[in-house]
Formats: sequence, structure tokens, C-alpha cells
Amino acid sequence: MRQALNAEWTKLRTETSTLWLLLGAVIVTVALGAGVTSSIMCDARGCAGDPTELSLTGIMLGQAVIAILAVTAISSEYSTGMIRTTITLVPRRPAVPAAKAVVLVCVVAAASAIAVLGSLIAGRYILPGLADGPTLRAALGSVLYMALIALLSLGAATAVRDSATGTGIVLGLLYLFPVLIKVIKDPQWQRHLQQIAPMPAGLAIQATGNLQHLPISPWAGLGVLAAWAAAALLLGGLLLQLRDA
Amino acid sequence: MTSTMTPYRSQAGPGRDGFRQLLGAEWTKFRTVRGWWAGMACAALAVVLVGLLGTAAGSHSGSAGAGFPAGPGGEAVNDSFFFVHRTLTGNGSITVPVTSLTGVIDGQSREYSGTQPWAKAGVIMKESLSQGSPYAAVMATPGHGVRMQYDYTQDIAGIPGAVTAAAPRWLRLVRSGDTITGYDSAGGTSWTLIGTARLPGLASTVQAGLFVTSPSIIQDSNKGGGTVPAVATAHFSQPGLVGGWSQQAWTGQQLGGAGTSGSYTDNITTGQFTRSGTGFTVTGAGDIAPIVGGIAMGPGYTLENFLVGVFAGLVAMIVIATLFITGEYRRRLIHTTLTVSPRRGRVLIAKALVIGSVTFAAGLAGAAVVVLLGQPHARADGFPTFTVPPLTELRVLAGTGLLLAAAAVFALALGVILRRSAPVIAIVVAITVLPYILGTAGVLPAGPAEWLLRVTPAAGFAIQQSVPFYQQVMNIYTPPNGYYPLAPWAGLAVLCGYALLALAVAATLLRRRDA
Repeated sequence: MRQALNAEWTKLRTETSTLWLLLGAVIVTVALGAGVTSSIMCDARGCAGDPTELSLTGIMLGQAVIAILAVTAISSEYSTGMIRTTITLVPRRPAVPAAKAVVLVCVVAAASAIAVLGSLIAGRYILPGLADGPTLRAALGSVLYMALIALLSLGAATAVRDSATGTGIVLGLLYLFPVLIKVIKDPQWQRHLQQIAPMPAGLAIQATGNLQHLPISPWAGLGVLAAWAAAALLLGGLLLQLRDA
Repeated sequence: MTSTMTPYRSQAGPGRDGFRQLLGAEWTKFRTVRGWWAGMACAALAVVLVGLLGTAAGSHSGSAGAGFPAGPGGEAVNDSFFFVHRTLTGNGSITVPVTSLTGVIDGQSREYSGTQPWAKAGVIMKESLSQGSPYAAVMATPGHGVRMQYDYTQDIAGIPGAVTAAAPRWLRLVRSGDTITGYDSAGGTSWTLIGTARLPGLASTVQAGLFVTSPSIIQDSNKGGGTVPAVATAHFSQPGLVGGWSQQAWTGQQLGGAGTSGSYTDNITTGQFTRSGTGFTVTGAGDIAPIVGGIAMGPGYTLENFLVGVFAGLVAMIVIATLFITGEYRRRLIHTTLTVSPRRGRVLIAKALVIGSVTFAAGLAGAAVVVLLGQPHARADGFPTFTVPPLTELRVLAGTGLLLAAAAVFALALGVILRRSAPVIAIVVAITVLPYILGTAGVLPAGPAEWLLRVTPAAGFAIQQSVPFYQQVMNIYTPPNGYYPLAPWAGLAVLCGYALLALAVAATLLRRRDA
């Protein structure tokens, strides 16, 4: 396993696009967050909406960049034929996505931590606020959210073996539900969808107030996203084991 | 003896590299990759299935099959007011002074006096008592002076200012054949013509008289907004009647409930009229106006609601359009393509035409089917569906096809620029769908939300807006309520602009770079 981890780390490290994608994820996350917070009106009574959540809006865009990184981490092996070398060296195939997952989570979490910190600072929500529980939960949760998005993307791309289809599936899964939820008129159905859809449920972790009115509690919501990621990884690992590469 | 050997010459005609051949080649490439055309079929299917799923959930207490009343132009209308009427046969006129217009608003805990700026009290001539029938009316309003309105969508301003005891408003309607003319006067002596309504084929006998109605007050809050019931009461002095009026007594009745945008309050649960001396006091709620989208529409589905599946189709089509070019780079087919057709810009145009036409056809088919299947289904579940004139429906459906085609061409062009699938798909999906989500979610204030839907490719979704804007109907005309900042075709032009710009850059790079 250590060799597998080392190999995956080398692959990711030596790919020039990795650094650019991570940098891009940080930049778009902070930029969108700053843009949103600067547009929100605040007065003496407070702000319209949840300031922590709003300053972390950029995660919605940053996740698309993370999805590119995670999808190409596996699909580029298929497009270049590298996968045959990889699984010759690591005959216990599920160890391949597992090693990739560990490396990706570390890298993505590091970049996301910078992005989240940058967003909160840009949102004029400087350090004193970080000490209080809900903001800390939102910040930490957003980092975990990004890591889980990377795992979801990795699992989906391992299952479909193609970067285009993989990216399409992941972004469709993330962005379609919020649009669908808006159209549905039945409040009960709306609530159920908000509880099971990966992005709306996962982003519940960013809420810092009015928790009892949320369709799903913050950690449970992140749990839902974790379940999606686990299912995708499981499916990807299983297919990798069963199919010819 | 000499024998001559004739060298072999092919009988086949010379090959041609015309644009038609190029188009044919690109079409063959698309057609023969099973995953692509099957994917395109799935995209069209996703438009239908996701659309049906989104609009099939749950049911509404409304009676099955009930829809909004439709006005003479086919548009959905509210036609709800308290009507004190007699019949008028042939030509004739009615003249009446409105001496006061007040109202009651339902507060959080108590009712207080006040009026909705577009409450209406005045005289009306209407073909029949059925909702949606043609009419013309002159009315006083609390916030917008005297107005002449007819056939729901037409609105002409008269004398400005509110009605007070010191400044009553005299209103007059004169029917002559198919035309009804409205006048107003501040003192009852000098009259001003406001406007003339032509109501073609108006029945010879009409219902005419006094009416009062008031829409609910719409409050704009950060979380979408809410409605507050409002009821209006007006005093009329004795009406002056000329022409073929029936001799029966005045009859009072509420026409068609309170509609989608009106509501009686807890204490005033119905409209009524009382005679005060020779005059009348009339109380009513509702509205006579076109139905607009969002909060003023109440529960119900607009045309664009059925097209929610377009987002699913969009993602699938972006994937296919991207693969249509990145696949060539990956399989090195691009070398063959460019060898066969050295004029590289034309290759790009042929590709764009093929993928654009295919996505347009698939998108149009999916959109037409989901609307055809979804509307009866929603009505059976008790949800009214917002009907629009046929031309608007055509624009929305064809526009949906064009929207998908433009997004596909955008992805294709970016594919030439970046040559890699994942970033292209992520960029196109993220900058098309995410601004839509952020802009319509109601999280952002109206200004930035509208800015997003003006400058990003998400502006293209404006082509799907079927709900109309009327300055004389109070509503929150913002993106969360279904109103885009740009006109439908202007919005689509923004998306097309992105696609064309990307195509231009792609053509330059394709010529300049090695393949």
C-alpha cells in the first residue's frame, strides 16, 4: 500500500495541471465568495442571510474545478493506457482507487483549507469569528465537502473510465438537484430531495443559524454526501475489479 | 509489331472537397459513433423524464382539470371582482361619480385601513358573466389615478391623483357598436376622453354596472416575498344611465372567487353592496388583469417549469459536443480530417453546424414532448397550468432548442481551444448552470442576481420565460419569480455571443497551432 500511495503521489505531483487546477479552485472559490459577500446588504440589524454561508458560496464553483482534478486523476490513466502498467504493479486492484483517494483527499483538503480561509477573510469575517462553533463547523465542513466531492468524482470516473462522461455525471449530479428542487411545488417532496441530493444536503454544513428550519442537520447532510461518495467509490472499485482494464 | 499498353485509369470521378462533402463527413462521424447518437437520444429523453418528474410530484387541492381563465387573446387572466350589474342592450352609456375609495389590509394580528395601489373601483361593460369574456372599464385607483382598461392587457392613464371626498372622480363609459369609449372628469362638467376600446364581435346585450376589486399587497422580503390580503370599498353616487338598460333591480355578485392574486380577509369574507340613498357602497377583492408569474400566480406550473429537464439534457449534450472534437484529438483523427480538408476554418464550421443541428432537433423534440405530456398530467393533479399565446409557446420551445444548440457549439469551440474534455465540460456547465442557480435562488439581492443573468451564458435561459410583465400588475419581477433582466431574444443573443466568440478564437488557434 505504501508503494501504491507513493506511486499515486508521484503521478499527481508530476502532472503540471494539478497545481494549476488547485490554484484555480482556490481562486474561483475566493473570488465568487468575495463577490457574493460584497453584494449583500448589511445594516445594524445584521445581514440579509447567513454571512458565513454566503462568504462560502464560492465552494459551489470551486467544486467544479476539484471535479476536473479528481476525474482526470483516473481517466487520464485510461486515455493514455497507463492503467495497465498501474494494475500490473498493484495487482490488488481496489488498492489503486484507494491510494488515489487518499492522495486526492490530502491535496484537495489542503487547497480547500486555503480557499475556505481566504473566503472567510474576504468575507470580512476575520479570525475572532472563527473561534465560535458554528463558523468553525462551516469552515471545517466545507473543507470536508470538497474532499468528498473529489472522492465522488474519483468513484464516478473509475466507474465510467472516461473523463467527459465522468465530469458530466458528477456536475449533473451536483447542479441538477437545486434546479429541480426549485420547480417542485409539493413542500414534502421538496424537503425529501433537499435531504438526499448531494449538493444541497452536503452544503447544509455551511449553515450557522436557524438550524431547526433546515431540511437536514449540518453533519447529517455531510453524511449524505459521504454516502454518495462511498457508493461511487464502491461502484468504481467493484467495476475495476471485475472488468478488463 | 508494336503493342501498346494502356496504363490503368480509374473510371471514378475526381473527389471533391466542397463544403457539402465536409458536412457529410462530419455527419457520418456523428452518426456512426453509437455512444453519441444514443447519448443524444438519452439527452432528449432526460428533458422529458426529468421534466415530468419535476412537475408530477404531489398534488394540489385545486379541482382536477381546473385552469386559469383565458382572456380574448388566449392569455391567462384573473377576472374576479364584485359586480353590481344590469343588462344593457344595444348602445348606451353609464356615468357615475366615485366619491371615496378606501380599504382594509390584513395585518399580522389585526386588520387596519389602507389600500393596494392597484385596487380598482369604477364602471365596466362586459360581454357576459363568464370569466375571461371581453370587457372595457374606467376606474379610479388609490395609487395610479384614473385608468381605462380593457381586455385584461390594455391600460390607459386618465386623471392622476387619488379619490377624496373633496376631489371625487366622475367616470363614464359609452358603448356604440363594437367600440366602448371611456371618459373621466374631476367635477362632472368638463369631460376628457381617456381612450377607445374596440371589442370586435361584442354581443349586443352586455352586463354593465359598477365594480370594486383589489389585489393582495405583495411584500418583497429577502426570502421570496409574501402576500397580504387587501379589500377595497368604494362609494358611488347615483349612476346616470342612457340607452337600452333593463328595468330590473341592480344585482350584486362576486365574479369567480378572488382569483390568484386577491384574497378576502379574516373579517371580510365576501364582497357586498349596499344602497346608500341614491348611491351605492361596494366592497370587493380580486383583480381584473392578466396573470403574471411568481408570487402573483400562486400554485401552478408555467411553461418553463415543464422544461426543467432541459438542464439534464444540457449537461448530456455538452458532454457529447465536447467529445465530438476532443475525441478527434485523442484518436488522432484530427490529422486525417485536416489533411482531407486543409481549410481548417471550414472544418470547424461544418462541425458546429452538425452538432448544432442535432442538439437543436433533439432539444426541440424533447421540449415539445414534455410540454405535451406534462400539462394534462399536471392539470389532472389539480395544478393549473399557465397558458400562453401560441406564438409565445413556439418561441419558448424553439428557443429551448436554440439554447441547447448554442451551448453545444460553445462546448465544441472550447474543445478546440483546450483539447481536453474534463475542463471544457466543467467550464461550460459551471458558467451556464451555476449563475442560473445563484441568480434564481433568491440568495443574492436583485441587483447582483440580475447582473449574473445578464452577463453570463445563463442569460440564454431568458428565451424560456413565458410569464409576461405588465406595469399595471403589482408583482416582484425578479429572477426568483421567473423574470429575467434581458428580453428573451436578447438573453439568447448573449449565450450565442459566447459561442461565436469561442468559435472565432477556436478558428484562429486551429489555423495557427499544429494539430
